Amino acid sequence: MEQTSLMTEKIRDFFSSRFADAVISEDNFRDQQSFYVKPEAIFDICQTLLNDAELDLKYLSDITSLDWLGDEEAEKGRFEVVYNLYSLTHHNRLFLKVRLQEDNPRIRTVSDLWAGANCMEREVWDLMGIDFEGHPDMTKVLTADELDGHPLRKDFPLTWEQPKFTWNKDDPPEVIK
Amino acid sequence: MTEQKTVTVNMGPQHPSTHGVLRVVLELDGETVIKATPVVGYLHTGIEKTMENKLYYKAIPCTDRMDYLAPMSNNLGYCLAVEKLMGIEVPEKVKWARVLLTELTRIKSHLVWLGTHALDLGAMSMLLYTFRERESIIDVYEAVSGQRMMSTYIRIGGLAKELPKDFDKWVRKVLKQVPQGMQDYIDLLSGNQIFINRTKGVAVISAEDALNYSLSGPMLRGSGIKHDLRKASPYSGYENFDFEIPVGRIGDAWDRYLLRLEEMRQSLRIVQQALDGMPEGPYRAHVPGVVLPPKEDVLYKMESMIHHFKIITEGFETPRGAVYQAIEAPKGELGYYISSDGSNKPHRVRVRPPSYINLGALPKMVEGRLLSDVICAIGTIDIVLGEVDR
Repeated sequence: MEQTSLMTEKIRDFFSSRFADAVISEDNFRDQQSFYVKPEAIFDICQTLLNDAELDLKYLSDITSLDWLGDEEAEKGRFEVVYNLYSLTHHNRLFLKVRLQEDNPRIRTVSDLWAGANCMEREVWDLMGIDFEGHPDMTKVLTADELDGHPLRKDFPLTWEQPKFTWNKDDPPEVIK
Repeated sequence: MTEQKTVTVNMGPQHPSTHGVLRVVLELDGETVIKATPVVGYLHTGIEKTMENKLYYKAIPCTDRMDYLAPMSNNLGYCLAVEKLMGIEVPEKVKWARVLLTELTRIKSHLVWLGTHALDLGAMSMLLYTFRERESIIDVYEAVSGQRMMSTYIRIGGLAKELPKDFDKWVRKVLKQVPQGMQDYIDLLSGNQIFINRTKGVAVISAEDALNYSLSGPMLRGSGIKHDLRKASPYSGYENFDFEIPVGRIGDAWDRYLLRLEEMRQSLRIVQQALDGMPEGPYRAHVPGVVLPPKEDVLYKMESMIHHFKIITEGFETPRGAVYQAIEAPKGELGYYISSDGSNKPHRVRVRPPSYINLGALPKMVEGRLLSDVICAIGTIDIVLGEVDR
């Protein structure tokens, strides 16, 4: 536990000394350290962390995304991308959070730093519609090829089925082949 | 006449060795794989979206259905995340029972892996033997929850009900039967020249690549990296148990076979310790308004009935914020990222699926190798398509 709080301090120092203007705010909800950073700085931060032997936050655990539509948080940007980094030596976690604007959300890819980011970013694009610039293969991965839209967005209807997936139940039976 | 050198072959989705509905598009030059592209999503049911629209309690059954070979691990990850969000501390007995049950789940999941992996590589009879031992673990599931597969036994703040009176008997049966069965597997496979030839030096992934691809679980440890969340970031009281973390040497399918066998032995050790030292106490935390009161109280106490009714119909208010809780599931790091906007339903539930991310390394493992190695590589990753597609 003491070691974790030591690392928390060190990570804070790292950001204040090297990326002071990129950091928007810090959050420590339930002892989980997370930093809101500017989207244009994410690649530099990740690259610097990857080469930082002391912090050793080199294991990319996860990339995920949130949609704040209809919430007061949406003022800071509707979409949020969360990078979840883990240290295999110090066993602490760091969350890097980025807010993106509603129209045309896009961010620089980190798949050239971690090969594992490839499939995580593809999933975020498929389900949330956030474009990762420079990603080698930004195609659908989970949803059907014909599906329009991105299901995890809050304005994606929960129960309504797109016409091409309803098997045309309302059409006369001879349409169904 | 123009010469076409490579040919594209579709492996799956209806292929017995793809463990569900996985399609791999293979570009072949003769029998050598030039390029492999896994295509997933055939089982996508939008579980994350579904969970956003359910009360915290009612989202638990969704978690069983992701990795259906390890339902208890999925329950545990989700419940620990919600408990972290709400700041609930569970009784000691609950922790021990959870550890016991998730370790049984690990053995159960590894047994299915072993059976199907050997089946893919031509050892047909293995599946019958591993399912024989798996049956004894399913009996424990049935004894505690009444369900054989989708148990939903671990709940927020505790367990669904008290452990049954004959719980000891069922677990001791597992402890007796599984080691005997494991001796059979070793006799059948460890000296089997066909199995050795098909796995040794196949589907190799180096330690550096394993980290770069964010692999976890046996896939990471097989490459020689000693990382296990049960030791690194203990949860649910794992720091009280004595067990070893096995690691592989070169990261091939053979290493991972030996490693998973050893993990099963270590899990048996943990189960033995948990069974012997199981403390007495309540099976649910006492947090009125958040954790469901015990069913016996609901029938006889007014306040308990009111709480029960309110939790079931309205749920409970949560603090704003996001938590992440990762556990060491049989397949790797299973994490739940729960973001709350203060209402009674989660704003977003993200599941970090270990087999989906491990599957990302499949092209790296098979490119430049033979077509038959693809079968071995898919088997050794230990994928469950229910979790990959969610």
